[in-house]
Amino acid sequence: MAATAAPPAARPVAPVGERVWRRFTAGQRLARFAVYLVIVAAIVVSIQSVEIIPEFLYDAPEQMVDLFSRMWPMDWAHYPDTVHDALIETIHIASLGTLLSLVMAMPVGILAAHNLVPSTPLNLLAKLILVSSRSVNSLVWALLFVGIFGPGALAGTLAIAFRSIGFVGKLFGEALEEAQPGPIEALTAAGAPWISRMTFGYWPQVKPAFWSIALFRWDINVRESAVLGLVGAGGIGMALDSALNLFQWERVAVILAAIFAVVIIAELIVTQVRKRVL
Amino acid sequence: MTDPSAASLPTEPFPRSVWPRVAAIALVGYVIYACAQLDVSPARVETGLENAWRFFSRLFPPNFARWELLAKGLKESLEIAVLASALGIVLALPIGLVAARNLMPAWATWPARLIIVAARSFHPVIVAIVFVKAVGFGALAGILALTVASIGFIGKLFTEAIEEISLKQVEAIRATGAPFASVLAFGVLPQVFSRFIGFATYQLDSNLRNSTMVGIVGAGGIGGTLFAAFQRFDYDFVCAILIAIITLIMIGEVLATGVRAIFIGNATLADLLRRGGTAPRERHLEDD
Repeated sequence: MAATAAPPAARPVAPVGERVWRRFTAGQRLARFAVYLVIVAAIVVSIQSVEIIPEFLYDAPEQMVDLFSRMWPMDWAHYPDTVHDALIETIHIASLGTLLSLVMAMPVGILAAHNLVPSTPLNLLAKLILVSSRSVNSLVWALLFVGIFGPGALAGTLAIAFRSIGFVGKLFGEALEEAQPGPIEALTAAGAPWISRMTFGYWPQVKPAFWSIALFRWDINVRESAVLGLVGAGGIGMALDSALNLFQWERVAVILAAIFAVVIIAELIVTQVRKRVL
Repeated sequence: MTDPSAASLPTEPFPRSVWPRVAAIALVGYVIYACAQLDVSPARVETGLENAWRFFSRLFPPNFARWELLAKGLKESLEIAVLASALGIVLALPIGLVAARNLMPAWATWPARLIIVAARSFHPVIVAIVFVKAVGFGALAGILALTVASIGFIGKLFTEAIEEISLKQVEAIRATGAPFASVLAFGVLPQVFSRFIGFATYQLDSNLRNSTMVGIVGAGGIGGTLFAAFQRFDYDFVCAILIAIITLIMIGEVLATGVRAIFIGNATLADLLRRGGTAPRERHLEDD
């Protein structure tokens, strides 16, 4: 964090003992101060206007104790008949959604890379697709697809896929832009067609990044697909939703434990695969 | 060259490994199996596409007639995001510091790491369900749920940032006899500050996205309004809400880029106006 900014050198130079060293110029200090001011103001305004009912806060500890006493003992008998299938469905949603997003994100990522597609309007169009995919939360995507395809895993899979395009495409495009131009120039000089430049010039360079992005997104998608069922898009969230609506907290506890286990296992798989393969 | 077959060159200079092919076949098999499990069929996709047309024609034009409800929900979402980020960052910094293996003894890092893993493993919406039960419906449940998410994310990245610092500067400050607080203030924090700004602004962004969603389970913000409008098939109002959410998130992203430009790129306010705020590119590792 060595800041290099020095005050403008045009001023008359004072004797060494009287010089005051300042790390940032007045403008930079003003900008920083403005940010701090806005942050403090935002926090103060939020605290003053947010609606918090104090009575609810006072009995929170009691409610927590009540919640955990209702959750315990967990209803493990519930696991084999409904939770297990829903859990497997969740994993399918996450995996299929990730695969689908990889297929859809690759062309968009290529369009977004300026060194591959040297056309600014096309780059901007690709970036617009990526940004809109990322700005819509996966739950909103799920709501839209439930509206189109009806409740079920198909809506969840598409929600995961569309939400992931932005992430995968952005990182893939950046990886392409960082590729070394040397091998590509060599291929071009040899008269290689576009497809050969892609497969022998770019692909070997971005392959590790691509697989690491895919694995990483799969890990995120496992977490996200667990909640999609709350809006009816399939997976374990549907089981969670029905248990919640019936206040069957001992079942909720089983479902939460199952989600926790799957998330941890997914993370372990990703770390192991990364260590071995990449 | 001890290889006796070197004289007769292989027909393929780079013989292909078997494993990628096996993996590709396995992948195709999995896709077919999973599609069958999930009941995905071309016929279903086709009916869906017909529905899609009707669905989108009902989304447009967006209906902003109930803009007061919309503004109230957005304001609450914004408040949830601001307070959750502030609270989350304040709580995550000490936890992340204690979890750093290069500064702290092992008995201290394990509990801190456990807190971070626990905070990260559930989606904010699920955490919000628990908090809705604990503190009732409303913004407070959302604030607490997103605070937990922020602790997990910032705690993890802050720990990683501290573990990657150069220990030379820490040693130099220790050698002057400085107390621990000074070692932190002058040896550790300056090294991680720019990365901290990167993920703090990113977390604010992420909290803003999620604060528009926790309302689905009753934890305050625009999400509740969105879900209710959706269940009433009030699609033109849904469209208006979505447009408002996306606009809010994009404004948030522009502001975050501005903050990064000021703190990491040492920009002044005038620079920001001139360049439209271009910040050094930060890899977003987690996105939700």
